[in-house]
Amino acid sequence: MKETPLSNCERRFLLRAVQERKRLDGRQCYDYRNVRISFGADYGCCIVELGKTRVLGQVSCELVPPKPNRATEGILFFNLELSPMAAPAFEPGRQSELLVKLNRLIERCLRNSKCIDTESLCVVAGEKVWQIRVDLHLLNHDGNIIDAASIAGIVALCHFRRPDVSVQGEEVTVYTPEERDPVPLSIHHMPVCVSFAFFQQGTYLLVDPSEREERVMDGLLVIAMNKHREICTIQSSGGIMLLKDQVLRCSKITAVKVAEITELIQKALENDQKVRKEGGKFGFAESIPNQKITAFKMERAAVDTKDVEEQAEEIITKADPPSEVFTKPILHTRGTAQIGEGIENAWGDLEESEREEAAEEEGETDATAFECQKMEMEDTSIMNETEKDEPIVLSDSEEEEVVILEPQDTPKKTRTQTNLKQENTSKKTFNKKRKKKRATH
Amino acid sequence: MATAEEEEDGGGGGGCCLRPFSCEQGLLSRPDGSAAFIQGDTSVLAGLYGPGEVKGSKELPDQAALEVLLRPKVGLPAVTPRLGRGGGAQREQLIRRTCEAVLLGALHPRTAVTLVLQVLSDIGSLLSCCLNAACLGLLDAGLPLASLFCGVTCALRPDGRLLLDPTARQEQEARAVLTFAIDSADGKVLAATAKGSCSAEELQQCLAAAQRAAATIFRFYRDSLRRKYSKW
Repeated sequence: MKETPLSNCERRFLLRAVQERKRLDGRQCYDYRNVRISFGADYGCCIVELGKTRVLGQVSCELVPPKPNRATEGILFFNLELSPMAAPAFEPGRQSELLVKLNRLIERCLRNSKCIDTESLCVVAGEKVWQIRVDLHLLNHDGNIIDAASIAGIVALCHFRRPDVSVQGEEVTVYTPEERDPVPLSIHHMPVCVSFAFFQQGTYLLVDPSEREERVMDGLLVIAMNKHREICTIQSSGGIMLLKDQVLRCSKITAVKVAEITELIQKALENDQKVRKEGGKFGFAESIPNQKITAFKMERAAVDTKDVEEQAEEIITKADPPSEVFTKPILHTRGTAQIGEGIENAWGDLEESEREEAAEEEGETDATAFECQKMEMEDTSIMNETEKDEPIVLSDSEEEEVVILEPQDTPKKTRTQTNLKQENTSKKTFNKKRKKKRATH
Repeated sequence: MATAEEEEDGGGGGGCCLRPFSCEQGLLSRPDGSAAFIQGDTSVLAGLYGPGEVKGSKELPDQAALEVLLRPKVGLPAVTPRLGRGGGAQREQLIRRTCEAVLLGALHPRTAVTLVLQVLSDIGSLLSCCLNAACLGLLDAGLPLASLFCGVTCALRPDGRLLLDPTARQEQEARAVLTFAIDSADGKVLAATAKGSCSAEELQQCLAAAQRAAATIFRFYRDSLRRKYSKW
């Protein structure tokens, strides 16, 4: 689906509001939206909500051989995905320009800032290192994806625990969580991105732009910083010229915001750890607010399955018995095999009224059938000379009628129009027998 | 925790339990309908767009074209081996067919409905959780449906006992794991899938148990919707 275009009215309205230093959601220019962090049941899984923007983060690890030029360093891999759930314009599996830009920024923010100690991820130098994979999924796009993704990335990395390993000589043992407690990654610092939107060639500035504001902005400045006021990444895009003091002002604002966010992250992590230690409930189920009327919870529900067996038995006895199993394939000629005889063609069966007419015509058909038989006999006699032992199948091209001739039997069994009726009756008696059987069952 | 749960589930002597359920509807602002469904520790988020504009090649002249995307948490969709023990694409198909069976698509011809399911955590009975999330997502979007549906997973233990809504560990130990999609109108089966071997009798037992469990789940749907519309 295409993105809904922004009308000129809307655009003008938004710009006008920015000029009057007002924002649609009631924030001040320098206000950040609320950040909410919730953790999943497994380690390294979190959802970060920045206002209505939502990002899911999941960290996983794997033992791999290291890169040849960095034999003692673990590998960090980041992957941000714009799920089609987040906005109708996002297509699955397409590398859009926005996606490439965001991925690059995340890498610069979290990998190139050396916030993760990659050397501690080495197990055997040159042979085995941990590869840490960070998957970030955008679930809802309401502006400022990069900030939400960078928070989700660092929170997931802090929350993650990798399995403990021990090396004895050449042997590497990976312990399960039951054997040894998994160990956290060593993290030096926590870089967090803060975005600034500029309007009218940098005259107006907004912190943490929403989706609507992003669509009318002229330029964007992203600063990644840690709580020690060290800038990890800075990127200006959109092609606006910024003055020196504008950048300095932004970095000052960033320092304040990053301090707040870092504190929140640490509090959230501590909370989760405490709950896990005490053996309380954790996971996404706990993060759903109770008071909301759109949310609902149900306790463990017992389902009565006592008489399930009787019910199942009843159904099976009522059901039609399975059709007969032909264990032995029927062999008509060498090289062919057939399972079952198939079902009789009902088209040949005549209705009550037609039967009388058929009886009248019988005389004629008898004669032709006889002739037909005769011809077949001649045919087979020739065939008999060539192959004595083999049963022969002849098929009439005009009618789908199979003639089976078994040369060993002296009265030749042929299934032609004439003895079709007899067969019918024998089939019927057989069916009756089956019905009787079922009744007694 | 898992072992305690196991004893609780198995020790009941014929009594089976569904794990605690919770759901939240309309939690995402962008999609037309969204729902999070949580069964124990397994959770799935569903977001739905539509009926909307359709791409030329997917357009159907007589009904809405439904597209289902199931996104794993780690790795790329549909190729990841972790989710795709049965193949991610296969699960997508199953969910799509189930939704198509209840969705009155003929009311919106030449449109597209896109349903995206994001796995948030997988601790057993993932497919049934996906189905439940999909149904609540459809409900939240207000799309016309012929009936509701729910997913129930049954596991057959090696000793032949039956478990409803198994955890990942129980699924691993089980001899067979069966998942049914059951409709609300008369408890009929919309979809069934099984892994492992079981006899015809056991299949019927699982189905009967799933139908009982479905009644509980539909009550849960009803209660959550009643709560949602309580202030209207």
